[in-house]
Amino acid sequence: MSTASIAPVFTDLTVGQDIGSRSITVTRQDLVKYAGASGDFNPIHWNEAFATGVGLPGVIAHGMFTMGAAVQLVTDWAGDPAAVVDYQTRFTKPVLVTDTTGTEEPGALIEVSGAVGALDADAGTVRVDLTVVYAGQKVLVKAQAVVRLA
Amino acid sequence: MNPDLQGRSYPAAEVYDVGREKIREFARAVKATHPAHFDLEAAKALGHRDLVAPPTFAIIIAQRADAQLIEDPESGIDFSRVVHADQRFIHHRPIVAGDRLVAELHVDGVRAMGGGAMITTRSEIFVLTGDGTAGSGVSREAVSTTTSSILVRGEGQ
Repeated sequence: MSTASIAPVFTDLTVGQDIGSRSITVTRQDLVKYAGASGDFNPIHWNEAFATGVGLPGVIAHGMFTMGAAVQLVTDWAGDPAAVVDYQTRFTKPVLVTDTTGTEEPGALIEVSGAVGALDADAGTVRVDLTVVYAGQKVLVKAQAVVRLA
Repeated sequence: MNPDLQGRSYPAAEVYDVGREKIREFARAVKATHPAHFDLEAAKALGHRDLVAPPTFAIIIAQRADAQLIEDPESGIDFSRVVHADQRFIHHRPIVAGDRLVAELHVDGVRAMGGGAMITTRSEIFVLTGDGTAGSGVSREAVSTTTSSILVRGEGQ
């Protein structure tokens, strides 16, 4: 499981620079795992009848699942999860997770990419702007992680 | 919806003890693979005292604090109509296994949105230091500030 990477060097970075991309698949089982791990048992994240009953198109991922999974691109790039000193997003569109249990279907696909958004030489920090897309639409907006480089 | 919620605070309640297996479980749940979440030696090699929590781990503590507001009968919030609108984590220092955390909840904003309301809360999360026995001196140090906005949908929204 090692994701050994060479930590980025501040002076080598430029605004707009690509830091890479990552694809995340999410299934109903993933949402059940996240519910258990986080303590967020809102049934819109695991019960179809409840979700449609409150006007949703179906079961949707926790916004916090998507936010938490998307930042892994940044922690792996930074080389230390503790380097992420500030992380924020707005949740704009839901990620619909259909029931693929017992099939070969991989689940909903979330695509994450990141680029250097800003550099602060005095603070020694870099802001990484994340683009997080599901079904052709941005599901997170203003997803920004500030990384303190050693 | 009670408009007088703005400015309300809920003091630190129960202590949250951060465990290694909880960090591993949460990390797996957000599909994190960084060794500092799983392997003590890897965490120590990066200069950490113990396993490091993922950047959004503090949501566990923040949502427990938020529950005090949502479950407060005076708040008038219907949880089934709540949508998470935005979230921010500012980390003053990383959360690691062994930390004993408490959260103070502050209601920073309440504003009408259509027939519903947008509520912004802030949790100030502290780590307790000292062992709590008489004379050892328990003090606290700021760990994370989390802010969250929830939209409580009105009828027909």
